[in-house]
Amino acid sequence: MPRNKLCNNFDEAVADIRDGAVIMVGGFGVAGDTPQNLILALRNHGARNLTIITNSAGTGGKLAAKWWGMPYFADPNLLAENRQVKKLICSISFPDTAFEKAILAGEVGVEWVPQGTLAERIRAGGFGIGGFYTPTGVGTLVEEGKEKRIINGKEYLLELPLRGDYALIKAYKADKYGNLVYRGNTRSFNAVMAPAAKVTIAEVDEIVEVGELEAEAIDTPEVFVHRVVKVAKEKP
Amino acid sequence: MKQRLDEATIALRAAKEFEDGSVVNLGYGMPGLCALHIPEGRRVIFHTENGALGFGRILTEEDRDKWDINLINASAQFVSWLPGMSLFDHATSFGMIRGGHIDITVLGGLQVSEKGDLANWRAPGRSGGMGGGMDLAVGAKRVIITMTHTTTDGKPKIVKQCTYPVTAQKCVDLIVTDIAVIEVTEDGLVLKEVAPGWTPKEVQELAEPKLKMTKDLIKEIQL
Repeated sequence: MPRNKLCNNFDEAVADIRDGAVIMVGGFGVAGDTPQNLILALRNHGARNLTIITNSAGTGGKLAAKWWGMPYFADPNLLAENRQVKKLICSISFPDTAFEKAILAGEVGVEWVPQGTLAERIRAGGFGIGGFYTPTGVGTLVEEGKEKRIINGKEYLLELPLRGDYALIKAYKADKYGNLVYRGNTRSFNAVMAPAAKVTIAEVDEIVEVGELEAEAIDTPEVFVHRVVKVAKEKP
Repeated sequence: MKQRLDEATIALRAAKEFEDGSVVNLGYGMPGLCALHIPEGRRVIFHTENGALGFGRILTEEDRDKWDINLINASAQFVSWLPGMSLFDHATSFGMIRGGHIDITVLGGLQVSEKGDLANWRAPGRSGGMGGGMDLAVGAKRVIITMTHTTTDGKPKIVKQCTYPVTAQKCVDLIVTDIAVIEVTEDGLVLKEVAPGWTPKEVQELAEPKLKMTKDLIKEIQL
């Protein structure tokens, strides 16, 4: 029997996340591409010792009002405030946030990854690739401990794939099979992470009937999406 | 009269490097101001890390009715929709960067070395990540750095060797500061232009490595 992917609410969507899980959080970290409700639900759920893989560790909502006129904004920093995180793998963090304080205090381990390398490591993880050689990071702190190889006279670093137990992503519309489309430039890390987790949970603005999305326009095919949950009309 | 150029003027000078049809990625802060100074009659195709190419102008507070939370650049600014724009995910976006499809990136700088090494992601005593700067510095065909010539306490930012963590080695092509325009060449740094009122000698005194002086090339910064 086909599995029903539709969840009734965000709490249900994240209910089985266990302590110690590896969680990918989608988006670049800006207003429209961040799975805010799933982040909030995970905060409320309380699972601990998490490894968070995300582009931006978040501003803790502080800059959202200034940047986008949003009085409230949920980002991964909430999970650090609630002391749920053991390790962070990301490309950006912000000063004076719970994440940076925890990192400086040694309470959260961190791996800084150049943004393009982060995207490609996740892509590799989702698509069954065992690693890749990239010129990014050669001659910098990033090359420490990594295999170096000269290909066609140019130096490259070996970078390894990343996978998650869960990916929390944001999309615009899903059909009931879990096919996804995005708005504007919100594919960002959402579309990249969808294939890279055992369980991918999509937070969407609308759920439509099968057939309502143009097959040619689908960005993330249903095979990468395991759960779908719709944002309530009222914003978080 | 001797003056230091303000950020808008530095950005204006850097933007003069954009050609008709250039694909350009602008870093956070001062580089972003280049978007306000596109030379007239040229189509500049802007790229942003979070997956958009060919988008329109930056929307300010005055354009609030046009803000769309689903179209924001990597400097967290709302930008406008433009016919011919394309949208894509992060892996494709950095494929464009690493794959050499970006003509010019303008980035900020903490230090640039004699050889064109760039340090721009972590000041001493700070934490934090490198964002997309390493990929841009390695992948863009031309790397332009906009920065003040010296630190707030007057130390040179154009140095023999970077002492801050490096973003990429031998990546910088042109440095535009508040007092000079300097080209990075195989033979070292060449002083091309000086700000109004500055002499080449005064610019040299505020840089660690020897600047090559090509007499006929040095002129006032062309705006």
